[in-house]
Amino acid sequence: MQLLLTEDQELLAKTAADFVAKQSPVSRFRELRDSDDPLGFSRSLWKQMAELGWVGIPFPEEFGGAGLGLSELAVILEALGRNLAPEPFISTVLLAGQALLLGGSDAQKKRWIEPVAAGDAFLALAYQEVRGRYDLHRIRTRAERNGDGWRITGEKRHVIDGGAADALIVAARTTGDVSDADGITLLLVEAGAKGLTLERQRRVDSRGAALVKLEAVEVGADAVVGVEGQGGALLEDAIDRATVGLCAEMLGAMSACFERTLEYLKQREQFGVPIGSFQALKHRSAEMYIEIELSRSTMMAAARAVDAGTDDARKLISLAKARCSDALILISNEGVQMHGGIGMTDEHDIGFYMKRARVAATTFGDAAWHRDRWARLSGY
Amino acid sequence: MADLDNFRAEVGEWLDANAPQSLRGVQVTAERGGTWGGRRATFEPPDMKPWLQMCIEKGWTAPSWPSEYGGGGLSSEAAKLLAGEMRKRRLPPPLTGFGLSMIGPTLLRYGTEEQKQQHIRKIVRGEIRWCQGYSEPDAGSDLASIQTRAVRDGDDFILNGQKVWTSYGDLSDWIFALVRTDPKVKKQEGITFILIDMETPGVSVRPIKLISGKSPFCETYFDDVRVPVKNVIAEINGGWTVAKALLRDERSMIADVFGSVADTGKQRKPGSMLANLARQYLGGADGTMLSDPVLRDEIARCELDDKAFALTVQRTRDAAKAGHQSGPESSIFKVYATELNKRRSELMVDIAGPEGLGWEGTGFDKDELARTRGWLRARGNSIEGGTSEVQLNIIAKHVLGLPD
Ligand SMILES: Cc1cc2nc3c(=O)[nH]c(=O)nc-3n(C[C@H](O)[C@H](O)[C@H](O)COP(=O)(O)OP(=O)(O)OC[C@H]3O[C@@H](n4cnc5c(N)ncnc54)[C@H](O)[C@@H]3O)c2cc1C
Repeated sequence: MQLLLTEDQELLAKTAADFVAKQSPVSRFRELRDSDDPLGFSRSLWKQMAELGWVGIPFPEEFGGAGLGLSELAVILEALGRNLAPEPFISTVLLAGQALLLGGSDAQKKRWIEPVAAGDAFLALAYQEVRGRYDLHRIRTRAERNGDGWRITGEKRHVIDGGAADALIVAARTTGDVSDADGITLLLVEAGAKGLTLERQRRVDSRGAALVKLEAVEVGADAVVGVEGQGGALLEDAIDRATVGLCAEMLGAMSACFERTLEYLKQREQFGVPIGSFQALKHRSAEMYIEIELSRSTMMAAARAVDAGTDDARKLISLAKARCSDALILISNEGVQMHGGIGMTDEHDIGFYMKRARVAATTFGDAAWHRDRWARLSGY
Repeated sequence: MADLDNFRAEVGEWLDANAPQSLRGVQVTAERGGTWGGRRATFEPPDMKPWLQMCIEKGWTAPSWPSEYGGGGLSSEAAKLLAGEMRKRRLPPPLTGFGLSMIGPTLLRYGTEEQKQQHIRKIVRGEIRWCQGYSEPDAGSDLASIQTRAVRDGDDFILNGQKVWTSYGDLSDWIFALVRTDPKVKKQEGITFILIDMETPGVSVRPIKLISGKSPFCETYFDDVRVPVKNVIAEINGGWTVAKALLRDERSMIADVFGSVADTGKQRKPGSMLANLARQYLGGADGTMLSDPVLRDEIARCELDDKAFALTVQRTRDAAKAGHQSGPESSIFKVYATELNKRRSELMVDIAGPEGLGWEGTGFDKDELARTRGWLRARGNSIEGGTSEVQLNIIAKHVLGLPD
């Protein structure tokens, strides 16, 4: 495993950086937020990204994808992360897209992955419930037999980009008790299904999220994604892949946030000198730089391990998420602090990074949770 | 590639057939084990002596140095393979010391042919042990302000002054030192880098005891010491450039030694070294959760940082191999590796609880005592070779471009 971008990946990185800088400066994110756009992103920009081949990166060619891996997708997500571009890679391509790819039937893949890769359809994964914190197995939503099919009742929260989804993959309990690892089944529910209601959830990062209510929603036998009762493992695999993508986004965000702060340190003067000449700020900056370099190494290693299917992939994902979460929180907190009063204003962009940092650090398990998983996987 | 694979196989066979079994698992630390060579060389355990001898014959004490001076003449990939094969068998390096890690590379880069002929082979063969005469009582972090004077007298310089914190000064044969040859110019521009035989009349050393109880460093005095001008490396008054280049080698050596234990075969037993240690004190079956959740989190934290560091070193190497300049600046390695080693050493003492408090004697086993001394010695990692604060200054200035 080489921790190095290939020439193709370098080229992709450059194209993505240029595209995002032009099409999606942070001011675009601000406009989306200010216009209170219910979608939270732009369908036309998404279509352009699909035409560039980015949306299909991790899908096989037979479904209209590029047959590449997370190492390539990471390059795109890092570019988006730099400018806080909210396009729904994590939800559509990774969470739900990978659940389908890893567990879906051929018919399901054909039905959904093709239009997703083309930029025409959106998916979301509805797994989180109230007060579950990061426990993936804590699922109260129930799916009961209904003839050949299923009837689902329950409530999901924090469904990323749920409002945009043409179909949701819902994690429901078909047997067992809340918190049992077994007995979880993933079910495809199309938007507009009877008994399905979505409410927008407003979170601090102003990105799309939904609260999903399912009241006796009926689906057919063909709605099951993967194996009935064994959806827990599939859920974990899909979330793991999304976690790698999120780490790449976080890496972009921490790099940009740091560069902006560094720029400010060189330009803002107090006591007749640039504030960046104060050693208290210099040392903290040097430490942040180290954290970014280490985070980058862990993210790259995790992406490559998943692509190569190595045994240590899961550990490396926890390593990356723990480190990226801590680093992004540190760097965005320091970003606000080192900007002084202006950093506290809504008018300044630096606060956006801090808000996104908090959400991203918490999504798919925070640093402490991933350290715990690392320890479990290491046998202690 | 095939060549390298063949080489790896050959090396493996040779090591299996020849390397003394008794050396497996021998750890060379700053305070014990291995051999540092020199006229007063010691070998711990005694099999280090034949081991050194057979490695000298193969050029493996300095595998990547040119073979004309006794090095192995290997490419850096082959040298890395060799080191890997030795680590895999938990064999100690055949020779350790500042000759190999510091003055040798400097001589190869800046020395005249005559100087290389005079010194390199002796370094490779472990005949001469070297020490470093940089720091003075009033020149530590501000190294360029050194005051030891060298005054020209015909073909010689006459040296007067004092060095301090000279590691192993009392056991060394030669010292490489920074001396002031011009006190009137800007401080960096009047420094000369010079080599001194410590048996020259007027050189004296006095050991200083460390907090770990050992005395590996000394005060070194120069009292009208006569040193030939031909012992100057590079230009007279041009020593600062040489000094800084050597510091870079020193810092990457320190980062190598104290950096990651992940993936480097430094662990004695498979699995998590820290968790295995904790198991000894907390009990519980292998594979079950450690009963102290806070300690467990600290262990995980330390392991994550260790692994993240190892991956970053790897990423830099991969970038360098591909001819890129895009890898992280190696300036981060010294500070990170040493701060990490301090934390790890401290954690190992914490894990042992009351058993981590032994100084010597009854009630503590050998490993416990070694860990406690190791923790004390590790405190110096972030001081020697340029303090952590100085490293952060360098990053802020040279990498981040923050103003003075
Ligand atoms: C175990 C050990 C072995 C050593 N071996 C050798 C050897 O073989 N040869 C040799 O020549 N030297 C050796 N040294 C000396 C070492 O290089 C110096 O101790 C080191 O450079 C610091 O200098 P100082 O001790 O004078 O501390 P000082 O420079 O006085 O520093 C004291 C404190 O002030 C801080 N400080 C100083 N300047 C700044 C600044 N600009 N910004 C922020 N903080 C600052 C330092 O970081 C430190 O915390 C050794 C030291 C140790 C601990």
